Amino acid sequence: MKIRNRRVSALAAVTLVASLALTACGGDDSDSGDDSSGSSGGGGDATSVTFLPKNLGNPYFDTSSKGGKAAVDEFGGTFEEVGPDTASPDAQVQFINTAAQQGVNALVVSANDPEAICDALDEASSAGTKIVTFDSDTNPECRDLFINQATAEGIAKAQVDLIAEQIGDAGEVAILSAAANATNQNAWIEMMEADLKENHPDIKLVDTVYGDDDDQTSFDKTAALLQSHPDLKGIISPTTVGIAAAARYLSTSDFKGKVSLTGLGTPNQMREYVKDGTVTAFALWNPEDLGYLAAYAAKALVDGDISGEEGDTFEAGKLGEFTVDADATVLLGEPYVFNADNIDDFDF
Amino acid sequence: MSDTLLVEPSAVSPTKRIVGELLRSREIAVGAVFVLVVALTTIKSPSFLFSHDGWRDLLLTPCLLLILAVGQTVVIITRNVDLSVGSTLGLTAYFTGKLFSDHPGIPIVAVFVLGLLFGAALGLVNGLLVSIFRVPALVITLGTLYIYRGIFLTWAGSDRINAGDMPKDFLALGTKTILTIPVLTIIGLVVLAAVGHYLYTARGGRELYAIGSDPDAAVLYGLPVSKRIVGAFVLCGALAGLAGVVYTARYGTVSSNAGLGMELQAVGAAVIGGVAIFGGSGTVWGAAIGAFLLVTINRALPVVGISDFWQRAVVGALIIAAVVLDRFFSARQERRLVAAREEMRNAR
Repeated sequence: MKIRNRRVSALAAVTLVASLALTACGGDDSDSGDDSSGSSGGGGDATSVTFLPKNLGNPYFDTSSKGGKAAVDEFGGTFEEVGPDTASPDAQVQFINTAAQQGVNALVVSANDPEAICDALDEASSAGTKIVTFDSDTNPECRDLFINQATAEGIAKAQVDLIAEQIGDAGEVAILSAAANATNQNAWIEMMEADLKENHPDIKLVDTVYGDDDDQTSFDKTAALLQSHPDLKGIISPTTVGIAAAARYLSTSDFKGKVSLTGLGTPNQMREYVKDGTVTAFALWNPEDLGYLAAYAAKALVDGDISGEEGDTFEAGKLGEFTVDADATVLLGEPYVFNADNIDDFDF
Repeated sequence: MSDTLLVEPSAVSPTKRIVGELLRSREIAVGAVFVLVVALTTIKSPSFLFSHDGWRDLLLTPCLLLILAVGQTVVIITRNVDLSVGSTLGLTAYFTGKLFSDHPGIPIVAVFVLGLLFGAALGLVNGLLVSIFRVPALVITLGTLYIYRGIFLTWAGSDRINAGDMPKDFLALGTKTILTIPVLTIIGLVVLAAVGHYLYTARGGRELYAIGSDPDAAVLYGLPVSKRIVGAFVLCGALAGLAGVVYTARYGTVSSNAGLGMELQAVGAAVIGGVAIFGGSGTVWGAAIGAFLLVTINRALPVVGISDFWQRAVVGALIIAAVVLDRFFSARQERRLVAAREEMRNAR
C-alpha cells in the first residue's frame, strides 16, 4: 500500500512538473522561435497568412482552408494551416503564440471560444500580426475584422424562399428545429414566421417540433409530423442534423417526393438524398468562399488598404468588392443553395 | 422437520388460478395499455396503424429499444444494472459505419457479427470490473458510460458517418420487410425469443434469477456467481452492439451523440415491463412490451396533439406508476403471506 502511494505521488509530481514546464513554454515569448514547424518568419515581400481553424481533420474547415489557400496563391502570398485536433477552448492558444513568434502578417482564426484566446490574440496583435476571425467570432476588441458567413435575416429568408418555390407558394409547412432553447434556431424561426406572414400568405406554418439535434429524435419527430399533419406539403429544418434525419425518414416513406424538405445542411450529409430525389435544394454558406474572402480581407489589412473602419472597401478576387460593416465585420453574402447540379463540387 | 407445508396447495381450481394469474400478470396489463394507446391514436388518425408507413413504423421504431431492453433485463435480474449500453450502442454504430467506409465491399453479415463481438468485448469489461472489484454495477457502468462515450468522442471528433458512406443494401435493410414485418423487427423478436427461452428453461437462466433474489445465498449454495454475472454483462454488451448496427441501418447517420440517454430508456422499458429493479424477478417478455409501449407512446402523443414539452412528463409518470404499482402489489403479497403464517401458528 505504501509503495503504491509513493508511486502515485511520484506520478502526480511528474505530471505537475510536466504541466508547469509546458505552460511555461506556451506562455514564454522570449524563447527563440525556432519551433519544429521551422517557418522562416514573416516579413519579406510575400504576405504570410496562417489559417487556424477550430480543429484539423474537419471537412468543413478543410474546405474553408482550401478557399483560403486558393486566395493566397492568387495574390502570391505564403499560406500555412495549423490547428488543434480537438475543438477545445484553449487548444488554439499555443498555435497563436507560435504564429506571433514567427511574425506572420496575418492570422485567420475560427475561435473555439470568444474569450479564451483573447489574451494570446492581443499579444500577437501587438507583435504586428493582423487578426481576422471567420465562422466563429471572438469578442470584437480581440480582432481586427470578422468575416460573417451569413446574417440571421439572410438565413431565414433563404429557407422560406426555397420552401415557397418547392411547394408552389401555398400549403401547410412545419419546422423541425434543434433544441427548444437553441438561440440561433429560435431567432431564425421567429424571422421565418414573420417572413411567411408578410410575403407568403398562402403558406401556413402548422407546427414547430424539436429534434434536439439528435439523429434519432429528429427522425422520430419527422415521422410524427407526417402522421399528425396528413396535408403537410413541406418541412423546413434549420439545423444540419435535423435535415439529414428528416431526409432519411422521407426517403424511405410513402411521402417521398410528395412532401418537400429544405433547410440548412452540408453536402456530404445530403448527397444521398439529393441524388435519390428526396430533397431538391437546401442552403448553407459556402465555406470555400468564406475562407477565400477571409484571406483577401487579411491581405487588405496587411497592405493597409483597410483598417476595419465601417465603410472601408476592398477587392476579394473573383468574389468582387466588399464593404466593412459596423463592428468591423464583413458579410459574405446570401446563403449558398446546393442542388443536384452543384453538390458534387463540394466535400464537407 | 414437520410434515405440514408452509403454504397449503391452492384450493382454487386450476382454470380459475390461471385466469387469475393472467389478470394479475404485468405483461398482460402493459400489453393492454399498449393496445389501448394504439387504438386511441388510430381512432384519431387512422394512418397511424393502417397506412404502409404507419404499420411499418409501429413495428420498426421499438426494435432498437427492444434489443437493448432484453439485454438490460438479463443484467437487472442479477441485481445489477448496465448504464453503459447507450455509449456501447453509439460506439458500435460508429464502428459499423467505419467498417463500411474503410473496407468497401465487406459482407453485411460480417458487419453484424463484428458489431456483436465489439459490443460483447465492451460488456466483458463491465462484467470483469463488477465481479472482480465487487463494486456496485451502478458505479462501474456509470464510469464506463463516460469512458466509452469519451473514446467515441475522441475517435469520431466532429466527423460523422453519412448515408452516402454505406452500401445501399445495408441501408435498405433499415426498412426492408418480409410479409409486411420489418427485417430489423424480426431480428429483435428472434433475440427476444432466444433470450426468453434461455432465462425460462435453462439452468444458467434460472441461476441468474437465484443470484438476483439473494446474492449471498447464491454464493453459499455454490452457484458460479461471478461467471454468471460476467456472462450477463457480456450478453447485454453484445445486444447493445447489435443495437448499434441496427441503429446505423435504420438512421443512416451516426454522429458522436448517437445513443445518448438510451440506457435510461432501456432501464425504463424493463421497469415498466415489470422487471424488479432489485433483481430476482421479471421477464424479457415484459421488458419487450415495455419497450413497445414506451416508444409507441412517444410516437402517439404528438399525433394525438399533446405538446412536445409534456411528452417526457408522461413517460416519467408511466415509470413511476409502474414502480408504485409494483410496491403496492408486493406489499399486499407480503401481508398475505405473513397473515397465512400467523394463521398457521395459531392453528397449531
